[in-house]
Amino acid sequence: MKKILVLQKQAPYGSSLARDGLDYVLTSAAYDQDISMAFIGDGVWQLVKSQQPAEIKQKSQLAALDVLSLYDVEKLYACHEDLNARGLSPQDLGVDVTCISRAEIKQLMVEQDHVIGF
Amino acid sequence: MKGFALHFCFCDTRPMKFSLLVLSAPHSRQASQSALKFAQTALANGHELYRVFFYQDGVHNASQLQSPPQDETNLHDEWQALADTQGTDLVVCIAAALKRGILDADEAERYERPQHNLAKPFELSGLGQLLDAQLQSDRLITFA
Repeated sequence: MKKILVLQKQAPYGSSLARDGLDYVLTSAAYDQDISMAFIGDGVWQLVKSQQPAEIKQKSQLAALDVLSLYDVEKLYACHEDLNARGLSPQDLGVDVTCISRAEIKQLMVEQDHVIGF
Repeated sequence: MKGFALHFCFCDTRPMKFSLLVLSAPHSRQASQSALKFAQTALANGHELYRVFFYQDGVHNASQLQSPPQDETNLHDEWQALADTQGTDLVVCIAAALKRGILDADEAERYERPQHNLAKPFELSGLGQLLDAQLQSDRLITFA
């Protein structure tokens, strides 16, 4: 079992990367890896409450993130600075994440066996 | 750290095992070309290339139907040359490929499509192969 950090860097719906990154997390978790996810940059938008993507014929990223606990992926982090820069606070988020600083995310990366970003 | 820095400056030629993740389409972004160049250079310098995994728009690298002008790179053919001469493993995410119309003969038959555009040395497979590449390699390098 290896420690893998997956960085989610893109907003949902505008590109497929948000979903593609999540699919990689679910695959890795199914193979019993120790996964952490960090939502950074525009990736924090994936976490926002009340998404209604059916209006634009897309599947909900928020609903997909709900599945993570079933795969025992519970180490979810969002970057404070990136939330603030986008006018978001922890109250705006629909996913149970730990909000940490950019410096702490850097430290998180150092602790991993592997890091991959989408 | 000082010892490490000196070692690095003297160009450590210990072979490393690389895997590459390619996320964007040929020509639309530079990433595919950069990935190819990295692959060729790494191999020329005695490193091992474990796998190249094509995901998201990177799956378009695998299409046999690419027909760029003569004076531009045909990325499909270049990747094929790498596989033919160096045995490089070229894997394409099947889910991403199907959505984007990149199919081998079996999938074209399965989905009742009139044509296919992916063949060996490219292979359709799942994300498990990307995870395997990450776990088996010294470095997984993403070209987005």
